[in-house]
Amino acid sequence: MTAALTPRNAVIVVLMLLLAAVPVYAAVTANTFLVTLFTRVIILGMAATSLNLILGYGGMVSFGHAVYLGIGGYAVGILAQEGASSGFLQWPVAILVSALFALLVGALSLRTRGVYFIMITLAFAQLVYYFGVGLDRYGADDGLTIRTRSQFAGLLNLSDRAQFYYLCLALLVVTIYLIARLVNSRFGMVIQGARSNDRRMRAIGFATFRYRLTAFVIAGAICGLAGALLANHTGFISPATMHWTRSGDLIVMVVLGGMGSAFGPLIGAVALLSLEEALPVLIRVMASPLFGDAALRMAEYWQIVLGPLFLLVVLFARGGIDGLLAGARRG
Amino acid sequence: MLLFIEQCLNGLQFGLLLFLLAAGLTLVFGIMDLVNLAHGSLYMLGAYFAATFAAWTDSFVLGALLALGATLLVGMVLEVVALRRLYGRDHLDHVLGTFGLILFFNELVRLIWGPAGMSLSLPMWLISPVEILPGLFYPTYRIAIILTALLVALFLYILVMRTRLGMLVRAGASNREMTGALGVNINLLYTLVFGLGAALAGLAGLMQAPILTVQIGMGENILILAFVVIIIGGIGSIRGAFIAAVLVGLIDTIGRAFLPDLLRLVLSSRGASTVAPALSSMLIYLLMAIVLVLRPEGLFPVSSK
Amino acid sequence: MADPLLEIEALTKRFGGVIASDAISLGVPRGELHAIIGPNGAGKTTLIGQLAGEIASDAGCIRFEGRDVTALSVDRRSQLGLARSFQITSLFLDFTALDNVALAVQAHAGHSFRFWRDARREAELRTPARAALARVGLAAREDVIVSNLSHGEHRQLEIAMALATTPRMLLLDEPMAGMGPDESARMVKTLRELKRGLTILLIEHDMEAVFALADRITVLVYGRIIASGSPEAIRANAEVRQAYLGEQEDGHG
Repeated sequence: MTAALTPRNAVIVVLMLLLAAVPVYAAVTANTFLVTLFTRVIILGMAATSLNLILGYGGMVSFGHAVYLGIGGYAVGILAQEGASSGFLQWPVAILVSALFALLVGALSLRTRGVYFIMITLAFAQLVYYFGVGLDRYGADDGLTIRTRSQFAGLLNLSDRAQFYYLCLALLVVTIYLIARLVNSRFGMVIQGARSNDRRMRAIGFATFRYRLTAFVIAGAICGLAGALLANHTGFISPATMHWTRSGDLIVMVVLGGMGSAFGPLIGAVALLSLEEALPVLIRVMASPLFGDAALRMAEYWQIVLGPLFLLVVLFARGGIDGLLAGARRG
Repeated sequence: MLLFIEQCLNGLQFGLLLFLLAAGLTLVFGIMDLVNLAHGSLYMLGAYFAATFAAWTDSFVLGALLALGATLLVGMVLEVVALRRLYGRDHLDHVLGTFGLILFFNELVRLIWGPAGMSLSLPMWLISPVEILPGLFYPTYRIAIILTALLVALFLYILVMRTRLGMLVRAGASNREMTGALGVNINLLYTLVFGLGAALAGLAGLMQAPILTVQIGMGENILILAFVVIIIGGIGSIRGAFIAAVLVGLIDTIGRAFLPDLLRLVLSSRGASTVAPALSSMLIYLLMAIVLVLRPEGLFPVSSK
Repeated sequence: MADPLLEIEALTKRFGGVIASDAISLGVPRGELHAIIGPNGAGKTTLIGQLAGEIASDAGCIRFEGRDVTALSVDRRSQLGLARSFQITSLFLDFTALDNVALAVQAHAGHSFRFWRDARREAELRTPARAALARVGLAAREDVIVSNLSHGEHRQLEIAMALATTPRMLLLDEPMAGMGPDESARMVKTLRELKRGLTILLIEHDMEAVFALADRITVLVYGRIIASGSPEAIRANAEVRQAYLGEQEDGHG
């Protein structure tokens, strides 16, 4: 990994510095909303980074990745409801159950390719979603409120916004680093090779299935941890977190930010959530002179812009924001 | 027993609607090699158009016909303006691009028709039930759906089995050169095929509209079922889609109707009523998982793509 | 023959009503370069597909080093030492030439459940990869992204990758397809050097190359072997001339 001062690297450094500074700035300006917003960005960035491993590097388009956010969240929520609020129990369970489920789904889905695979992951996501809806004891459709955050025997106080924020940020950075190492290792070469030309991989002697399955499990496990974090953050978990359109959001983050790049997914998460906040304002500001009060209503429909914008990115800026920053991008 | 027959008919009806949806998807995939997630949006538009036009013209049938035409038009415009740029690209690009379109259409519908959803009422002659068996009254409308869908299925069968276009579908060809060799204007052909697919989706949507509510996002839920149908039946195979769709329709409907009672034999009453709804919804996906384990290419796969 | 390296026994494959392979029987001894020729549609690529493990035969048996491999997967066969090049180039287009070959080396360097070390810095992988590239004459192009290489260089790279898997036998499917006369001559030279120490099954249309390289030639027409023997015997065989070589003299078949 080179460390040249390219525009792209500069942006990343600035971004990380800004993220690190958020709680400080928020404390100074007494703006807690900022911390809340960016905690969410970081957690989703972590989830998107895990998806990038299989999507960006592995070419496995999973439309069911948000399921692991749900599994992780429900692990925390269910255990908390049953009286086990220790993070030392909840979080490993979240990771383990996510990994097992990924193993199951992957074993069934990875025998298929391309469009089949996409549809199958979609269907499995719905399966889990309906399972969640059926969990009467744990809120079913309405969801489960999580009254106490994960306890870490006094080592960490997750109720402290700043502490929690920095914990999430640390976990995000570790995730990005681990995945960056992973994709350049022998294992990563197999995953990338399988994406590039699976037939060739098998012809030179790789039994690609076991490696792709492993990547699938790793991605699921990391996302499960993100789910545990998310549940702590919102104090709530519901099946809606696992709906396949949420998986779509994660995919948007990865593609928008830049598939197959280490920081792309984080950039995508920042971009998407910024768009969510900024587009309505932008529309309101730009449309007011022309449409007056109607501009307020127009701003409500900002998502209308997002759809075609995303299509345009797919058609013309395939490497996402990271790709644009890095200049010419191969593939 | 009569209840069982009624549920079977309901299952058949639902299955046939799924077939219309799945057929449109498979047709577009088979000829243009395009994966279109926004297919469900066309289904939704069909329903919304029908509700609106029926209200304007005060006639269900007229509204339905206008809605069909409108959906066909939207489909063709969509193909020309946006989707044709996706041909030849990776399937991932199709999925991503059309996912963006889902977002767009959901918001557009929300903008035009508002968030509340609509309802579509049927004229008297379609509501009144018909006695199809001694003691069994079945809604005329549902019979109409079954007949209409079967007619369309017949039309598709003729199209696929007896025309050169159908030959392309059966061969799983998405080859522009081969299409061109048949002496056809490719751009026009693709637009028309996509329009046909859109019309099928719209038809399914408008027929389903009086039975379920017309609301934003209605396309996504049923789209996944259409995918499951295609997976079980085998991608690219219209015959497979038909059989799988009817199968899925029957299992889903009968499952939902009788599963609670079946479970009560095994579990406590409270247990059964807790588990039943979730399990019913999951039934189809479990079926898909089983098919995948036993026959990953589907039940009637077209020769490898 | 005593202990052939590759033994094909009554191999049969049907696609619907078409017989692509009609009870093909053939033995290739160690160290031989055996060429398979025949008109288009003779089933040559189908044969390689079955030998490599991509196509499941309907009947018959394939033995490699005395071992029945008929039911083995593609990757298992590669691990046993049976390497193959593709007729239509099949490479990792978005990687460099060196990366491509290094992957082939990696496939035979133990398991790849190693998650930490940068694979591009592993001499264990890069050194043999460079050697394979040098053997086919691509050493200077190692850092070029494969999609930027010429067609001829792609064909060379295919060979390099097959070599990097330290095979006992090479299945080469039209390595000279689409090459001009200079590139073909270079490829013939490369193959001639490879002959020492490797057993090769070569499918080719380029008759000059075939007669220059082959120890024995088998002629396939409509899935059936119509002749098999030394190059001189084949050249003199009347049936072969009529079915195939005659075509070649008029122009490319």
